[in-house]
Amino acid sequence: MEVNLKVKRFDPESDNTESHYQEYNLEVEDYYTVLDSLIKVREEVDGSLALRCSCRASICGSCSMRVNGHAKLVCKTKITDVAKEGNEIVVEPMGNMRVVKDLVTDMKPFWDKVRSVQPWLQPSGPAPEAEYIASNESMLHLNGVMSCIMCGACVSDCTTLEVDHNYVGPAALAKAYRFVADPRDDQDESRLKMYNSYGGIWDCTRCMECVQVCPKGVAPMDRIMVLRDNAIEAGFSNTNGARHTEAFNDSIKHSGHLDELTLPIKTFGMGGIFMFGKMLDIPALIRNIPSLMGLLPVGLRAFRRGKVPPIFHKKIQGADKIRNIFEKLESKK
Amino acid sequence: MKYAFFPGCVSRGGCPELYPSSIQVCERLGLELEVMEGASCTGAGVLQEKNQKLGDTLNARTFAMAEAMGLPIMTICSTCQGTMSQAHKRLNDDLEYRAEINQILAEEGLEYKGEVVVKHLLWILVEDLGLETLREYITNPLSGLRMAPFYGCYIIRPTGALGFDEHPERQESLERVIEVLGAEVVEFEGKTRCCGFPILTINEKASVSMVANHTIEARDLGADAMVTPCPLCHLNLDGFQPKAASQRNEVIDLPILHLPQVLGLAMGMEPKAMGLNKHVISTKKLLSRFALTA
Repeated sequence: MEVNLKVKRFDPESDNTESHYQEYNLEVEDYYTVLDSLIKVREEVDGSLALRCSCRASICGSCSMRVNGHAKLVCKTKITDVAKEGNEIVVEPMGNMRVVKDLVTDMKPFWDKVRSVQPWLQPSGPAPEAEYIASNESMLHLNGVMSCIMCGACVSDCTTLEVDHNYVGPAALAKAYRFVADPRDDQDESRLKMYNSYGGIWDCTRCMECVQVCPKGVAPMDRIMVLRDNAIEAGFSNTNGARHTEAFNDSIKHSGHLDELTLPIKTFGMGGIFMFGKMLDIPALIRNIPSLMGLLPVGLRAFRRGKVPPIFHKKIQGADKIRNIFEKLESKK
Repeated sequence: MKYAFFPGCVSRGGCPELYPSSIQVCERLGLELEVMEGASCTGAGVLQEKNQKLGDTLNARTFAMAEAMGLPIMTICSTCQGTMSQAHKRLNDDLEYRAEINQILAEEGLEYKGEVVVKHLLWILVEDLGLETLREYITNPLSGLRMAPFYGCYIIRPTGALGFDEHPERQESLERVIEVLGAEVVEFEGKTRCCGFPILTINEKASVSMVANHTIEARDLGADAMVTPCPLCHLNLDGFQPKAASQRNEVIDLPILHLPQVLGLAMGMEPKAMGLNKHVISTKKLLSRFALTA
């Protein structure tokens, strides 16, 4: 079949330093992957095309790129699965990373962030004579997350990283989870404290881009959600994210649905006033008054248009049934 | 066609214009609705952060209620749809897990049998009603209107839980509906990205920056309005657009419309009845193009 590869090119050392698309029409076999096609371009059509690849068997994690707008390992992507009308396939470098040349991106920030979560085992106590032993069962659940090949696809398509480079990102946090969940590691508390800080677990939007694009089924977002719960359970609850989760739960538990009027108030740590001191935290309260005040103009604008939730939050029919379910399941997960 | 209508929290909360517009549009289209008043919030992924089984139990309860009514569920929120679809997949893939959850539901005399169908209004238009039938209802085509689709994450990812293999048309359902309404689709990168709402209270600057990126991109590509099947996206893209505008120091002024509102407009329904006067970003200029006011 003939494919039309539309490749995004950029060469800082050429005369044309603007990124631009170049089209390659070439005859390939139906069983070709996108990588096979790109290699064919490089070897037979245009030797100046830069790309990274190695194993060609989705093990090494070198060849992540965007295909038709989404990050993929191109060695694992068959052309017949992605060819659009006219057999066009758009290939671009990964997103959220500086492009070195053509399809090659600078992975240094990626590795720096992975390193920042301390991705090594930190057991306590005297070292055993031989290896650290963990039972089969206690490690099996880590199979999924240990499949990560550090290809960067999740980082490429992360929606938070698009707007905030400070976020540590899905790959690093999936790796962070891997050590929190490892029975041999003994630094859960200090780890969770670190991941709970600015740029950490609460900056994930839960958009599921990382779950969708990961070629190895690591599901980074799901790991981040577990880290959030672990952090709250470990007592790191003084964040807007933690308070939002708790207030959300409380609202459903008590009325069956969401009380959108008090949710932001409770999230910004003002909830202590309304919750009989349960979460009263004076410094957080003072710190968060500006945030709440910042919401006021938005609230007023919406109020003027009649775009407001009911002032009196009513319970749903049979809200007591919902409460029963909560009471039954809250303690045992 | 009759559905057990799951309105979700926001359609009667932060976006009170969504519930009445949905009800009226469905009535016009001959989609009969029975409101599920006793159904709880889906958990929206937030509850699931803490306790997935609890979230799945609440959704299994809603599924069981719909099965008892003998009706498929209709949602009007991408987040409700996605959260339910994910629960649906877990409960249908793992029968042991479902049995455990059914034990809890048994106290209320409910059982989820694994038969319920859960569909967003958007999918119902394409799959149940059919685009050709929808076309027959269009009395006031939105000719000349350039409209940018904005899906909301949960109705687009993860595809494995959303039945995209069986229904590949879901991937571009919103574009197809926009075309049937007589408007022109504005293709833009942001259409399947995140609106920023989930991190609004955590990282407001980043959240508002997402609003700015998507609305400015769509506007620069010539969009007159954006349409979304997700009220949470609406809350951020409409409510926080003024903040996005001041963050970028420019005027954006892109009306964000709910899916039922654009359906209503194209069927000649009153803009006010569609709640088009209730948006933060005024729809006045947009409506005046069709000699309408809200």
